[in-house]
Amino acid sequence: MSLEAYFDFVILPILTISVLLVFIRLFKGPSVVDRVIALDLIITIGIGIITVYSIRQEQEVLLDVAIILALIAFLGTIAFSYYIEKQEDD
Amino acid sequence: MIDIILAILSTIGALSILFASIGVLRMPDFYLRLSVTVKASTLGVGLLLICAAIMFPDDVSVTTKSIAIIFFLFLTAPIAAHMIGKAAYFTGTPLWKGTIVDELKGMYNKETHCLESDPKKAHEDPEAECKQLKDQATD
Repeated sequence: MSLEAYFDFVILPILTISVLLVFIRLFKGPSVVDRVIALDLIITIGIGIITVYSIRQEQEVLLDVAIILALIAFLGTIAFSYYIEKQEDD
Repeated sequence: MIDIILAILSTIGALSILFASIGVLRMPDFYLRLSVTVKASTLGVGLLLICAAIMFPDDVSVTTKSIAIIFFLFLTAPIAAHMIGKAAYFTGTPLWKGTIVDELKGMYNKETHCLESDPKKAHEDPEAECKQLKDQATD
């Protein structure tokens, strides 16, 4: 099996199944914080998917998108936790 | 040879991401989910990015970008996990029923959001020391 086929038929399906499993938690999640970490994990797995896709397509430009996504995931989690903590005060 | 290294690294990366997502689905409690998610997903994405850095050997920009993303993830993931864990503890997210010890119980002052080392002190004297620390932080 060549490396291209391995990326296409093993690595990408594993990552896709992971995103689907996390989506179940995003829908079920009993509290807001569960949903926040599920969203954070989805974006982190998205960075991995973008990386594998850029390896397969030989488009290294796509890694720029991964940098932006990492930034947005961090900022989103920080903002969510800040406002969840503030909400408790009122 | 490089193909074998790439296959091994990407397999470990994808499997640890899969374990992270199974953990976030199956763990009984928010805090256990948090502890699974952060470590395993950071390891997995880091290994996949190392794969990308090996895959484009001629291009320095790809290596630089990969190292930048790995560094950023390693720097920010624990901070984000700490913040969201603290927010979850304040809002009273329930612990798992099998949890043996909760060392933070009663040590947070719910009014001022300050941490005391003595559980009694956190409630009898809520204002004095904690407010002083906060004023210093804002100055």
